[in-house]
Amino acid sequence: MIWQALLLQAGYNAALVSLGAACLGAAAGAAGAFLTLRRRALMSDAMAHATLPGIGLGFLVMVALGGDGRFLPGLMLGAALTAALGLWAVQRLSRQIHEDAATGAVLASFYGAGIVLLTLIQGLGTGRPAGLETVLLGSTAGMLRADALVIGFGGLAVVAALWVLRRPLTLVAFDPLHAAMMGINPRRMDSLLMALVLAVVLVGLNVTGLILIVALLVTPAVTARMWSGTVSGTASLSALIGAVCGYLGAAISAGVPDLPTGPVIVLLAAAAFMLTLLVRGRRDG
Amino acid sequence: MADRVPPNPLRAAECPALEVRGLSLRYKDVQALEAVTATVPAGSMTAIIGPNGAGKSTLLKSVLGLVQAEGEVRAFGGPVAQAMARIAYVPQRAAVDWAFPVRVIDVVLMGCYRQTGLLGRIDAQVMAQAQSALARVGLQDFARRQIGALSGGQQQRVFLARALAQGADLFLLDEPFAGVDAATESAIIGVLKSLRASGATILAVHHDLTTVASYFDRVLLLNRRSIAEGPVAQTFTRAALEKAYGPALFPDPAIRSAS
Amino acid sequence: MDEFLILSLPPMLIAALAAIACALPGNFLLLSRRAMLGDALSHVVLPGIVVAFLLTGSGSGVVMGAGALAAAGLSALFIEEITRRTGMEPGAAMAVVFTTMFALGVVLLETTGTSGVHLDVEHALYGNLESLIWLGAPPPELLRLTLIAAGLALALRLVWRPLVLATFDPVFAQTQGVPVGLVRAGLTGATALAAVAAFQAVGSILTIAMLICPAAAARLLTQSLPAQLAASLGFAVTAALGGYVLAGYAPLWLGLPFTLSAAGMIATLCGLMLAAAALIASHRARAAL
Repeated sequence: MIWQALLLQAGYNAALVSLGAACLGAAAGAAGAFLTLRRRALMSDAMAHATLPGIGLGFLVMVALGGDGRFLPGLMLGAALTAALGLWAVQRLSRQIHEDAATGAVLASFYGAGIVLLTLIQGLGTGRPAGLETVLLGSTAGMLRADALVIGFGGLAVVAALWVLRRPLTLVAFDPLHAAMMGINPRRMDSLLMALVLAVVLVGLNVTGLILIVALLVTPAVTARMWSGTVSGTASLSALIGAVCGYLGAAISAGVPDLPTGPVIVLLAAAAFMLTLLVRGRRDG
Repeated sequence: MADRVPPNPLRAAECPALEVRGLSLRYKDVQALEAVTATVPAGSMTAIIGPNGAGKSTLLKSVLGLVQAEGEVRAFGGPVAQAMARIAYVPQRAAVDWAFPVRVIDVVLMGCYRQTGLLGRIDAQVMAQAQSALARVGLQDFARRQIGALSGGQQQRVFLARALAQGADLFLLDEPFAGVDAATESAIIGVLKSLRASGATILAVHHDLTTVASYFDRVLLLNRRSIAEGPVAQTFTRAALEKAYGPALFPDPAIRSAS
Repeated sequence: MDEFLILSLPPMLIAALAAIACALPGNFLLLSRRAMLGDALSHVVLPGIVVAFLLTGSGSGVVMGAGALAAAGLSALFIEEITRRTGMEPGAAMAVVFTTMFALGVVLLETTGTSGVHLDVEHALYGNLESLIWLGAPPPELLRLTLIAAGLALALRLVWRPLVLATFDPVFAQTQGVPVGLVRAGLTGATALAAVAAFQAVGSILTIAMLICPAAAARLLTQSLPAQLAASLGFAVTAALGGYVLAGYAPLWLGLPFTLSAAGMIATLCGLMLAAAALIASHRARAAL
């Protein structure tokens, strides 16, 4: 079953899901390269966890409007709203407490609110809440064709946007003051980058889950950086590693029942990182 | 948009490269700058000197609009925002992540962003411009090295090369000689003097009072307010220095000889 | 009343003790700007517990606690080693390590059928507070948490002076003969212990709220360290008790026949307290920290 899935022979849907996960991996790898260069790795973690209350609220609103609550774009809209709120909260709190503490506080309390909402949904017993918690750790098993297409094309769109913005993003990450001198608005660039990362998080909810998406953003990026001395090289290699991990992870998890997709993808990326560390570590002394 | 005015000392004399009028900045409880007023004539080479915390770096940053200050700043007779393409800024060392994956030539090419823009190709002409900027600071052989693999002095020269690649004619430098070796210091001052010879204007925060007279032709003495400004011979005096730094500070005979 | 004693009192006490155990080291993590270490360590408790069970076959609290501590220590070493060998920012190194460890825990749990230890992925994600009831005897977690909270408080009292010194100015502390490295490692150990203790009650991710939020809220509202510590303990206990009560009774008050996640409600309250503190102290900028 695993081999069939790996070779795209486990049926049309499974093949589509694996390819979608590969596109997501590429997007996460490329976005993660710029995110780590900008030293914002953990902010994406807070953002990802902050999607949970939005998913719950989105579900409740859709049920209240008479739907079954599982409409993916509706859930994503809710997720995007609370993720943006979480990001704003991190920035607002960072004016008063250290950024790390602000990140952790927002991450955990938004996630807590999300858990409360999930238990509320369970208790109310309306709509079709079963499986809503797959957004925590991701599951590609039984994913619909339309979902796979959204994931695939969403990922490709993020990659394209990053390619267009690669120069200003590099300038801002390397030296924001100089970027401002060159007529780039660093804050606007940062917001654009965060919006692209948010897109990756939303698209990745069903694949890696919100708890581990940060690994797909960070691990391929830091692995690639040990091999490449340029930004474009780092971003391309990172996208490649992410794509391979996404593809293999989705295929393996489709073949093994009960195995959530997110952890498998993360372990594959971690293996690439460990190998790289052994071969290329201590390069800078 | 300001046209690219060919560097012309005569015209330059009519219109100062930089004019600062009543520039004030408050950080919470600290008055960083208080009604600073200064004029930097085009084609001059001016040192900003003053004690620690006098607001020297802050002055450069607020001139560039990188921090928001009150007051009026004009460059080449117009608002600074319109002259940004003609201004290059060389920051103090250690403002960037030295492990960043860029090569020396990539950093210099960043100075050409206004030409290449978002998607423009880096063609032979842009590349040649970056290479020649690198050659001017004596680092043409280091183009493909990682920025972090260079010594501190060489890194400082790379940032100067990035400013040169911009093709600017007003250079703002924040302590260009801080923490660099003698070879780099002489390389940098050589480049700055050749820039002035070709008509460019230079304004640098400077710490070493012993070299002010040999490197610069004008000084701006700053201690939150502008204490004095003018040609070195008239302005760089013991009296003015005591006013800026406080009276108990001058055991150094070099300063007396300079003034 | 009987029902309260059996069903509600033990989890409330456990939540309060876990919150206290977390707030104690949390204050110093925050002051030494290592808040994210709490994040990392609370994620690695899960693989530690699972591996300890797989190796020993024992589901006892002590064995699993030891496994969790070992995993925490190992990750702290990994993070330091990776930061040193790659020169990457510590945040990124942490993200790599704790996501890997957490993923490893989940995969081991799902593939080896560790259900014999009353542990499943949901407990790691939501905590297990509601099930810690009085069944003839107090739940073993109650005794364990009492010991851990008391132990941490006592240890804090003993090393107070060197700890404060090393947190405020490590270089000066070194010149005064304070073993700064040891103090740092001790704080890491104390955080790991608190994270292990809180894991049972609120799960991995919500532990972070207990480690960071009460201390951060207290930091914003107080001017001295003893006052900060006291306030943080007050906030921690309030959030724990208030969260439990709200989760258990708020739906009933509204006429809904079910309860909400107590762990989630506690974390939400922790966050709201921090938000309120940030608004009250909005004149206080980060420079003060």
